[in-house]
Amino acid sequence: MAIVNLKQVTYTYPLTDTPALSKVDLQIKEGEFLAIIGPNGSGKSTLCYTLAGFIPHFFKGELEGSVEVAEVETKSSTLNEWVMNVGLVFQNPFNQISGAKYSVFEEIAFGLENLGVPREEINPRVEQALIMTGIDDLAERSPYSLSGGQQQRVALTSILVMQPKVLVLDEPTSQLDPIGTREVFGVIRSLAERGITVVMVEHKVEWVAQFADRVVALYEGQVLMDGKPREVLTSDQLVGKGFGISRYTSTAREAARRGLWPKKSELPVTLDEAITGFKK
Amino acid sequence: MNIEVNNLDYTYPGAVQALRGVSITIQAGEQVAIVGQNGSGKTTLVKHLNGLLQPTSGTVMIGELDTRKVSVAKLARHVGYVFQNPDEQLFCRTVGEEIAFGPRNFGFDTQKIENLVNDALQLVELTDKKDTNPYDLSSTWRKMIALASILSMDTDCVILDEPTTGQDAANVARIAHVVSELKKRGKTVITITHDIDFGAENFDRVIALAKGQVLVDGPAGSVLGETEILAQTYVDPPQLTRLGKRLGIKKTVRNQEEFLSAVEKLNM
Repeated sequence: MAIVNLKQVTYTYPLTDTPALSKVDLQIKEGEFLAIIGPNGSGKSTLCYTLAGFIPHFFKGELEGSVEVAEVETKSSTLNEWVMNVGLVFQNPFNQISGAKYSVFEEIAFGLENLGVPREEINPRVEQALIMTGIDDLAERSPYSLSGGQQQRVALTSILVMQPKVLVLDEPTSQLDPIGTREVFGVIRSLAERGITVVMVEHKVEWVAQFADRVVALYEGQVLMDGKPREVLTSDQLVGKGFGISRYTSTAREAARRGLWPKKSELPVTLDEAITGFKK
Repeated sequence: MNIEVNNLDYTYPGAVQALRGVSITIQAGEQVAIVGQNGSGKTTLVKHLNGLLQPTSGTVMIGELDTRKVSVAKLARHVGYVFQNPDEQLFCRTVGEEIAFGPRNFGFDTQKIENLVNDALQLVELTDKKDTNPYDLSSTWRKMIALASILSMDTDCVILDEPTTGQDAANVARIAHVVSELKKRGKTVITITHDIDFGAENFDRVIALAKGQVLVDGPAGSVLGETEILAQTYVDPPQLTRLGKRLGIKKTVRNQEEFLSAVEKLNM
């Protein structure tokens, strides 16, 4: 059953004429790991804000169509109720960390405190969330003494502790170095394996190919493709539109043109697939 | 204008030693990528090139200028620095004014300023946005404005701090185009980057730093093949370099063209 259900969603920001999202239909099943790709300005972040309820509750503008999570529509809910449904992790952990708390543990408890959750319930939930993301050893540290990868895991944990039905991540690794990227993707993968519904915007397509169950390609506010990762990521439809394409894919595509890639072999996305193909 | 870094040590107030005995010579017109894990000293090093930081010991010479003896304002005529986060450097009301700010401060005449601004706008493909407020554009375009506002200063050396972070493929291609255009014009380009594929494809020389020291320094084609040395500073070789190695290609390939011609030879 679909936990997320978008029907003919069109959204236009205030003071603009062109819709940022245009007639988007999207159903996401419970437990699915969906990746969203697209060039800058294709509507990826707007889609994240729409799922997270920032649209229409924070950004005004004009929203048409319906956005439902667990059969409740955003329009008929409040942002306070909605944070229990959908949690959003921003690109830059700096924008997420409250700045009001001295330790990682307190930072992660902050959202629950604001909702008035009793203390006896907060502590075990924070401890459990810290373990899920593998940062229980950082609990007593100041959020500002951490590396970028650690901070992003704190930001992710502070959302996870709210136990949202759907976790939305907007390019969670774009500000991180390769070590931080690996740390964060490792955590996201383990969350997906636990059956949490994950929607992740991501440019790094080699990671997407390894993690996601399904990929949606957005272009100019519309769904250009929706399918299995390999099918979408290697499609000719993405060429020349500013989509991130794996160097393995683009090189094999050119190799195929020169007769250096085995005929009728699917194009590769990852290193291992490229090795297999070129060995033939 | 050559850049000479000689036995440079730098210790931040509070006693973290960020650079230890770094010596590097960069010839005029070279394209250099500096790589290495966070905390390896990359940003500390390049901040010495425009005088934002002063050596604790050792010297940094920009052509004939000793960075300890001249002002940051004077060095700014020779070395332009594009920050990682554009919002740290943008403040004008329109894109055009932002880009004119640097050359105007240099006291150039109106015609020269206009030429420099138009050239910079064209390089980053922002000509039609000259009268737009920078904050009406997306953060990715603001990054291009920040780049253009340095290009318009027409310095001999341009430093790009993590230019591809958060950029889509189209903007990465634009930045690569700017680098190749600067190379044609004989400018020195230095980048700090975690995007090793971008570094490999657009820069001829690679310097890897680790723990404040130069780990390896040389032509990209040899440095990027040093898998084990690079691993010490948590840098993976570029994707096609790794693929080439796994297929038994002896030469270190840096880009699609080198890779495909090597594959062609393997097949013969």
